[in-house]
Amino acid sequence: MATKTAGPEGEHAPGGVASEHLTLDDRVALLKYMLLMRGIEERAMNLYRQGKVPGSFYDGYGQEAVSVGSAFAMAAEDRLCVLHRDLGAHLVRGVTPARILGQYMGRDGGVTGGRDGNIHFGDFRVGCVGMVSMLPDMMLVATGLAMAFKMRREARCAITWFGDGSTSRGDFHEAMNWAGLQRLPVIFVLENNQYAYSTPLDQQFAVDPVERAQGYGFPGVRVDGNDPEAMFEATREARERAIAGGGPTLLEAMTMRMHGHAAHDDMKYVPKEQVEEWRQKDPIDRQEARVRDLGADVDALREEVTAAIDAGTQEALAMAMPDPATATDRVFYDGEEDLVLGDGAAPWSGFAVGARDRGA
Amino acid sequence: MPTMTYLQAISDAMRQEMRHDERVFVMGEDIGVFGGAFKVTDGFIEEFGPDRVMDTPLAESGIIGTAVGAAVVGLRPICEMQFADFISCGFDQLVNVAGKMYYRQGLPVNITVRLPSGGGFSGGPYHSQNPEAWFMHAPGMKVVAPSTAEDAKGLLVSAVRDRNPVVFLEHKHLYRRVKGEVPDGLYETPFTARVAREGTDLTVFAYGAMVHTAMEATEDLDGASVEVVDLRSLVPLDEEAILASVRKTSKALIVDEANETCAAGAQVAALIADRGFEDLDGPVRRVATPDIPIPFSPPLEQAVLPSVDRVKEAARELLEY
Repeated sequence: MATKTAGPEGEHAPGGVASEHLTLDDRVALLKYMLLMRGIEERAMNLYRQGKVPGSFYDGYGQEAVSVGSAFAMAAEDRLCVLHRDLGAHLVRGVTPARILGQYMGRDGGVTGGRDGNIHFGDFRVGCVGMVSMLPDMMLVATGLAMAFKMRREARCAITWFGDGSTSRGDFHEAMNWAGLQRLPVIFVLENNQYAYSTPLDQQFAVDPVERAQGYGFPGVRVDGNDPEAMFEATREARERAIAGGGPTLLEAMTMRMHGHAAHDDMKYVPKEQVEEWRQKDPIDRQEARVRDLGADVDALREEVTAAIDAGTQEALAMAMPDPATATDRVFYDGEEDLVLGDGAAPWSGFAVGARDRGA
Repeated sequence: MPTMTYLQAISDAMRQEMRHDERVFVMGEDIGVFGGAFKVTDGFIEEFGPDRVMDTPLAESGIIGTAVGAAVVGLRPICEMQFADFISCGFDQLVNVAGKMYYRQGLPVNITVRLPSGGGFSGGPYHSQNPEAWFMHAPGMKVVAPSTAEDAKGLLVSAVRDRNPVVFLEHKHLYRRVKGEVPDGLYETPFTARVAREGTDLTVFAYGAMVHTAMEATEDLDGASVEVVDLRSLVPLDEEAILASVRKTSKALIVDEANETCAAGAQVAALIADRGFEDLDGPVRRVATPDIPIPFSPPLEQAVLPSVDRVKEAARELLEY
């Protein structure tokens, strides 16, 4: 029940084994998804500067390990409520670069077809619920997913991400209390990136929220949020416990928002030394050094990722803008088909092994 | 056909739908062992067990938010707010998460939120409100408000089966006061208006408890032939039925128990002004509760809620116009 810390915070450990449950292919895959996330977001920022992305643009530069590492531990039949610095989770579940870039540009072929902007999306067919701007509303939705799993006695788990600012609102409390009370299979990932817009941690809470978990009757675990393998391992353990009926876990991923809140924010309120300190802990640099030491061909991987983003960009730019005549469509659903969250990709080798063991 | 109270009809709808469809479950505060503040779910926990008759923590945002989660993986939750007034604590989850989900993401949210609403019995400012207009203004939710036992059952079955969030306003003052014949078995009542009484000289538009006030006020109004239209559904609003009645009677009186400004009746008035103008033979008149909190003490409360006398007076004036 006590709060614990998994892994030395921010330690640069090339080649170090953070999880015995990862094969070299898994570790390369973690790097691949992080490279995809950063590359897509950099591309989107270019498109924003060219005037092709309306509104503003939000990214998760420097936080790639949090969503990639934790989503990588989730099974196909698990369900995810994803936040705005967590593009990696969508990528792990199988959403393509073209649909993501189309989404940013408000195109018809984007994930929401232009009905919502930037990273306000979730492809429900791969098991993801998109966020709303009112943080941390999705903590309760994730709690409800887990409630349904428990009611139906299914061995499935829900996961959601939210930020340090989210911990100040009532829905954080309602979700933590509810999940703890009913011992639900849900993982709460607190993405502590030091700032809620411009508000630093010392103006957000008197006690670090990871300490609160035990007050709700379940463990809070502090994790190095800039290490995808540490994130994976902590999430894998939390999921295993959840599936076994052990209830929820709060993971506090320690990381840093390396860019402004959104494209318009020059972040002048952040001390330069703080950014520089965290730059030394860049999650992609660390994972790249790690797998390079283990013999992976990182250069080829980078080329593959760049080619995928280039192709996705062309595809997205070719997508039409939505037809204004459809703006008032789709407020109510009156179809016959049951539209519910579907299974997504679960690339971790552990699930493939599990499937073989089950004779699938 | 059995005779039931409005409250029994609501219970009957849920009980039968839960027997019929195992995806349906009810959740709310004190609804399990205690059977609910108004005993709507009395006996449910014995029949369906604590999973499907879920006593929740005192957390309205939690009730709506977790219901959304359960719905998008295939369950069909019916949420009970202990009093409609407390929906303000779950407003964000309903308006921002549930109401916009299908438009934004193509993912329907099949939840029903039951709101015991309305005043008339010294409930005071926090146990008497009629918050339906909040949800008419927020896109993505259907809003229904039955006035009879038969419609209470049929509209609730329809609400549970509707793939969208439905706000179901059940008027507390009707729970045990209104009785009627209710068909056996499961049936769906469409989200359309109902002509409660045919007439030719004037139409009174109302919903919920005000339908009964309107009926009583115009039952014997100096021999006038007064039509009463029970709106039943506020979203969708049955515009054609409203306009058809105005075409017939040329005079429209709209009664709301809710606070007057931007109430459901204001939307009805705007509709008639816009599309029924040529059919009118007098101003569109409204009777509603002034824009004040609902006071506790009986003389104060009775002074502000639309009464039979106020409706009578407004109807007479309009008939004489």
